Amino acid sequence: MITTSRRNFVIGSSSAGLALGLGLPVSTQVALADDTSTNEINVWVVVTPDDTVSIRIVRSEMGQGTLTGLAQLVAEELDCDWSKVVTEQPTPGESLARGRPWDSFATGGSRGIRTSHQYVREGGAAAKAMLIEAAAGKWDVPVSECSASKSIITHGPSGRTTSYGKVAKAAAKLAPPLDIKLKDPKDWTIAGQPLRRLDTVEKLTGQQRYAADLKLPGMLNAAINQCPVDGGKLVSYDAKAVADMPGVHHVLQVQDNAVAVVADTWWQAKTAIDALPVEWDKGEHANASFAEYTASVVEGLTADDAAIGNQKGDATGAISGAAKTVEAVYGYPFQNHATMEPMNATALWTEDRCEVWCPTQNGEGALTATSESAGLPLEQCEVHKINLGGGFGRRGASHDYVNQAVEIAKQIPGTPVKLLWTREEDMQHGMYHPYTQARVVGGLDEDGNLSGLHIRVSGQSILARLIPQAVRNGLDPVMFQVLAAEGEHAFVYDVPDLLCDHAMRNPHLRPGFWRGVCANQNAVYVECFMDELAHAADRDALAFRQQLLQNNPKALAVLNAAAEGGGWGTETQAGHGRGLSVCKAFDSYVAACADVTVSPNGELKINKIVAATDPGHAVNPQQIEAQVEGSFVYGLSATLYSQCTFEQGEVVETNFHNYPSMRIAAMPEVETIVMPSGGFWGGVGEPTIAVAAPAVLNAIYNATGKRVRQLPIDGVDLSWS
Amino acid sequence: MAKLNVNGDTIEVDFDPSTPLLWVLREQLDLTGTKYGCGVAQCGACTVHIDGQAIRACVYPASAVSENQQITTIEGLSADGDHPVQQAWAELDVPQCGYCQPGMIMASAALLSSTPKPTDADIDANITNICRCGTLQRVRRGIHRAAELAQEVKA
Repeated sequence: MITTSRRNFVIGSSSAGLALGLGLPVSTQVALADDTSTNEINVWVVVTPDDTVSIRIVRSEMGQGTLTGLAQLVAEELDCDWSKVVTEQPTPGESLARGRPWDSFATGGSRGIRTSHQYVREGGAAAKAMLIEAAAGKWDVPVSECSASKSIITHGPSGRTTSYGKVAKAAAKLAPPLDIKLKDPKDWTIAGQPLRRLDTVEKLTGQQRYAADLKLPGMLNAAINQCPVDGGKLVSYDAKAVADMPGVHHVLQVQDNAVAVVADTWWQAKTAIDALPVEWDKGEHANASFAEYTASVVEGLTADDAAIGNQKGDATGAISGAAKTVEAVYGYPFQNHATMEPMNATALWTEDRCEVWCPTQNGEGALTATSESAGLPLEQCEVHKINLGGGFGRRGASHDYVNQAVEIAKQIPGTPVKLLWTREEDMQHGMYHPYTQARVVGGLDEDGNLSGLHIRVSGQSILARLIPQAVRNGLDPVMFQVLAAEGEHAFVYDVPDLLCDHAMRNPHLRPGFWRGVCANQNAVYVECFMDELAHAADRDALAFRQQLLQNNPKALAVLNAAAEGGGWGTETQAGHGRGLSVCKAFDSYVAACADVTVSPNGELKINKIVAATDPGHAVNPQQIEAQVEGSFVYGLSATLYSQCTFEQGEVVETNFHNYPSMRIAAMPEVETIVMPSGGFWGGVGEPTIAVAAPAVLNAIYNATGKRVRQLPIDGVDLSWS
Repeated sequence: MAKLNVNGDTIEVDFDPSTPLLWVLREQLDLTGTKYGCGVAQCGACTVHIDGQAIRACVYPASAVSENQQITTIEGLSADGDHPVQQAWAELDVPQCGYCQPGMIMASAALLSSTPKPTDADIDANITNICRCGTLQRVRRGIHRAAELAQEVKA
């Protein structure tokens, strides 16, 4: 919420702190800068005399299109000429100095637009009102006789016109309007349109600079070797062994668990770090065994120590009294984010100031990390956000790579140092999507209706490690995405007796929020089981779901749209199958219908997936399509091939040869139905990832009669005859 | 000192013979459009052309390139960013984060120069780059569109 008063913006504190903790005090009273000699109409909008409109964006752009979407929302209310829109990204230090006028920088949980649309649109609308008022003042006519469109202000009675650029300086001196009315989304002409992204051209010519590409004057390059077992320590290293290698300047300890070589070029640093003799104390997890860990997860499937996240009626009683019971155990493995641009940060430290250039999903979190490691107050630090080469949740909840870069730079005062991880370091020191299994038991009555359902999830909690204070009485709410009683991840079905609980079994691996987070596995657990129930009840999998969605029209609508678009119910040959799934995630309603072919000898081809999404409002439909397509690549990579495991405490998978990612030959055709129903704001980047895996798994069953319950599919015999 | 022909210019550059071409391009010639993604020729983010052939520069020793061979990076693919692949990519808004796209574009341009009208099977066999954002569907469409644009230019 934002209300305006004379020269003050009062901004409600963001609710987006859960997944990506801010670590910064929230100021709610925000004063605009006194300096009005600029063309800054307000904190969101700057107009220069040539009518260029610069829109301020503080959420990070990592490929998901939020930068363009937020600009569309501001431009819509501003009624400016879209062809003259550019964006600029204020720094976390500027935000801090000005009292956080841009609110949260956090970009995770598909919240970039859905938690900021209100105040950014109000910023656009306020700026428009001020520009019109400035023109009216210049003409000495009533504001009510003036209107604006495409950056041109018109005085109706006289027909006089001027442009935003010509009155910008005067507008910047005016007080913001007291009353701001936003447009009805039905009247949108910039927002809601399938506009092209604002940030494409430089990505086609190699001109786009990522933080990994940065080169500052006098900069040195660092490569790092971190203790391969999480929790272990650096004991010693033999710096002399590499001191004479080409380009090497320094060999430095980094915190208590890593060593870095600093050289002229990164390749020299990398060559030297590979040659550096190092001794580790691998610590208490040196013998951690994947088999022992997964056995503990299996034990959790029937253990008594479970935290209840959603309970309605008496599921256990309903199941024990059911005419027929169905039971299945599923599993979803650890995953690494594997952003294409590996972790990196450039830092410059002096006694009284520290600056960092880095890819981050949370500029303020990066600033906090910088301050911590620099040993300097926040006010003496600055973070320059650089557009990310992928994020997916890896670069928000922890800024380990920023901490390390600053720790290195602090040992070479006055010299900028760029730290770049190898892919191998990235694979070994990830923030892994948690490993879980689920035991799902359902009861059917004599007519084949679902009477009771118990979903027991066992496995790792993300919050227990990252934000332990958010775990209350053993309950980690994130574990119940897609299973929750209400809210952005509410369970969609109406089941008379329901129990969703979680037995926490934490390994030593550091967990993270991985695109789609716990919706990924929980949608598999729910939606594959719905398919099994329908089969046990001898009912059509669509009709079975439809009956349970009678009280959830939005979920029903996306399911029906996906099923219809995917040809549900039309005949298939042997080895050809379809599968459905539906859920609510990140406040959007999503569904998918997958179409697969499995050859008699078991070769799987995912032919097509039709996805339907209702995000409430669709700010840029073609970018929503891009996110749906992309989410399927990410989710299906995990479904088909990729997983992380560990031996002797170390992650086994080291690079893309043993952590495969989908390539174009495996990419199904994706058809996206964007069906915004209005009245709410749902996320886009993550929700649909959850429906890809179960739709494909159900389609495989439909094609072959084989249930795949443990992911990835790779290695499972899908042959049929 | 070795001589390399990069984007039409002959450049003298000093490097250890084992240095991959990728790092000579990025760190010594400041051609940072070519990306590091894996270092083991898996992801293709480092794809450049040597005499029009797509190669993965992260494992290709710079010392293996002779002065007579033409190295082309994303910066030299076209004078004005108007190669048919770049045009098609812009038209279809292919990139998301964009980090893998120089490699995708170079791999696609090499495919189109050897196979002007590639089939889906040709694309499947020749484009093996990884994109974690998941632009693969638009990459496929982009290659087909670039093939059309290249035909229009010739017509």
